[in-house]
Amino acid sequence: MSNDEKQHREHWHRRLLEGRAALFTVLTTVVISIGGIAEIVPMFSVRAGPQPLEGVTPYTPLEVAGRDIYIREGCYLCHSQMVRPMRAELLRYGEWTRAGELVYDRPFLLGSRRIGPDLQRVGGKYPDAWHYEHMRDPRSTSPGSIMPPYAFLLEWRIDPEDVAASVRALNRLGVPYEDTSLEAIRSSIDAQAATIVRNLAGANIETEPDREIVALIAYLQRLGRDGRAALEGTAEQDRRALEAQDAISAADSPARSQDVVAARTGERAEEES
Amino acid sequence: MDIPESGGIAVAARPERERPAVPPAAAPYDDGIVRLFFAATVLWALVGLLVGVIIALQLAWWPANLNSPYTTFGRLRPLHTNAVIFAFTGNIIFTGIYYSMQRLLKTRMFSDVLSRIHFWGWQAVIVGAAVTLPLGLTQSKEYAELIWPLDLLITAVWVIFAVNFFGTIARRKVGHIYVAIWFYISFVITIAVLHIVNSLALPATLARSYPVFAGMTDGLVQWWYGHNAVGFFLTTPLLGLMYYFLPRAAERPVYSYRLSIIHFWALVFLYIWAGPHHLLYSALPDWAQTLGMVFSVMLLAPSWGGMLNGLLTLRGAWDRVRTDPILKFMVVAVSFYGMSTFEGPMMSIRAVNGLAHFTNWVVGHVHSGALGWVGMISFGTLYWLAPRLWDRPLAKPGWATTHFWLATAGIVLYTVSMWAAGLMEGLMWRAVDDAGQLKYPNFTEIVMQLEPFYWLRVLGGAMYLVGAIMMTVNFVLTVRAARRERVAVAAAAA
Repeated sequence: MSNDEKQHREHWHRRLLEGRAALFTVLTTVVISIGGIAEIVPMFSVRAGPQPLEGVTPYTPLEVAGRDIYIREGCYLCHSQMVRPMRAELLRYGEWTRAGELVYDRPFLLGSRRIGPDLQRVGGKYPDAWHYEHMRDPRSTSPGSIMPPYAFLLEWRIDPEDVAASVRALNRLGVPYEDTSLEAIRSSIDAQAATIVRNLAGANIETEPDREIVALIAYLQRLGRDGRAALEGTAEQDRRALEAQDAISAADSPARSQDVVAARTGERAEEES
Repeated sequence: MDIPESGGIAVAARPERERPAVPPAAAPYDDGIVRLFFAATVLWALVGLLVGVIIALQLAWWPANLNSPYTTFGRLRPLHTNAVIFAFTGNIIFTGIYYSMQRLLKTRMFSDVLSRIHFWGWQAVIVGAAVTLPLGLTQSKEYAELIWPLDLLITAVWVIFAVNFFGTIARRKVGHIYVAIWFYISFVITIAVLHIVNSLALPATLARSYPVFAGMTDGLVQWWYGHNAVGFFLTTPLLGLMYYFLPRAAERPVYSYRLSIIHFWALVFLYIWAGPHHLLYSALPDWAQTLGMVFSVMLLAPSWGGMLNGLLTLRGAWDRVRTDPILKFMVVAVSFYGMSTFEGPMMSIRAVNGLAHFTNWVVGHVHSGALGWVGMISFGTLYWLAPRLWDRPLAKPGWATTHFWLATAGIVLYTVSMWAAGLMEGLMWRAVDDAGQLKYPNFTEIVMQLEPFYWLRVLGGAMYLVGAIMMTVNFVLTVRAARRERVAVAAAAA
């Protein structure tokens, strides 16, 4: 045995740990578990976790169908759904995204890339016909866009029984739907689809209510709307507060959510005095 | 210089317990399974890289979406990520593990049958992914897109692998467990934990399910998974490979045993915390964002510990890097590991992240890790293994060097173009004029500015792919020569 080996063998951990596979494995399991537990478990507590924002309601069955299409086509791979509390984003998109708006988002769809623009506040931004044309030929509404055409959505149909399966699964997970019977879901889909078909007809677009494009439009037009109603006008306030803060720090630096809150609190105090 | 199988760390006979004698097998080690995983690695590398070049082309030139629902960017990107992570990287990890652990533990695998079930089960998962993802069947969580029946199959295959893996450790004929095996252990355990928790979902149909977590909690669980897929699928098992194959290729013992202990425990402890850096400035509670940022910055230390241990292992062998393509691949791999583990913590700092997040910079960062670290350490390992697995020198040694330069130049083109594109779009998104209005209110205008960078990225990716094709041809020629030789020997004997 060389000197090198002797030296190695004298270390206590070599005998107690690196020679004992079971102990080593258990210890590794403990060490890799700590971080995850420390970060994830508090999210379920009332104090540290996200709370629902007032007025935020579950997606309707047609919107659930549209959301499933959005997931199937991987829209989230190019479009984020997360407006950050930064001056330029408030200008471009509107109110920054609150956790309380996303309580019915299963799965979450924040995204990780903005190959195209953020969509979290896209609901109500364009008429239904714009979305129809944009899906048929993205360059007809957005010259220079690199988005692929989704003309097949104009042809493909949704199946109410399939939608009902989704709504029931979401319901079992705790999303509050009053009536998950097929008739109720079918009539909800029909009513909402009829409105969109009427809107499209107003723009000289003829379509059937069971086309996938109708469900996708329903979902896109819903995005960020509940939250915006609850947060009406705060983007403008946030932006002014951030500008005031920028003037002080003389830098166009983005702000953290708590900075926005702090800046606004300061502004409110000013207004009150 | 005589190098022990352990890669230079002295192996002591186990003093405290006697090991039961193992019945002698035809060959002491099962290299058939290593050859299977080797072949799968090469095949899936080509597929993963090819799909990568195709989706890169789609961003530069949208008609490459081929006007079909099954070939749009949105459906092919998950195919690319799954192919390179689970198919290419997964198979090279298993290749390296099955080769090295039998030798490090001086025993055959616990069960040849389990090894085969593991191999075919894993390939079945990959084929399942290749069929379902273009069909749009997805759970949408990045790198965890596969539908719930495939998730169950992954779990079953993983359990089989784990039984085989720990069974082999249990019947080892050396007392001490070498560093590489520690990293393998952390891989087997952590991937199991991450996969199970992040895949908890309620099925609605055979192909659709909804996660038990919602909103920001779902996001946090996903990025706890996603970042540690990077940590425990793309990092720790490959560090294990580095700890075995780099000392073997360099014919030098590992630089520091003590450093490997410190950086192993620090790495596996710190990595798990870093997930929330994917959610900075989001609606995730501030305390969680701050934890994610702080632990990400700390992660620099153990990451560089691994890099230094790798590079310093080459002390006294640097002259061979000039002539040996295998060492070239490994040195560049470890260097890219060091670079991307510096870049990552920097990008996790809130102010930097505010600029980098959502941009091509992140894509560049990911690929300096994936193409630079994962790809290059894998190629180095494959080139080292091929002559040993088929008992025949590499058919075209010069091609390996050409492959190395093509790949290196390709990575540089890729990352530099994505850095430039990312910085540019990040700055244009936030640019505000003197009147307080957006300078570029039309988002598409910014998209259009990125086209030249997207073309450069296509070029870089294509170079990397061509290198991999050269490697494949090289291996095919080597294996065929080996087969011809065997036939000739058999004929001579007869």
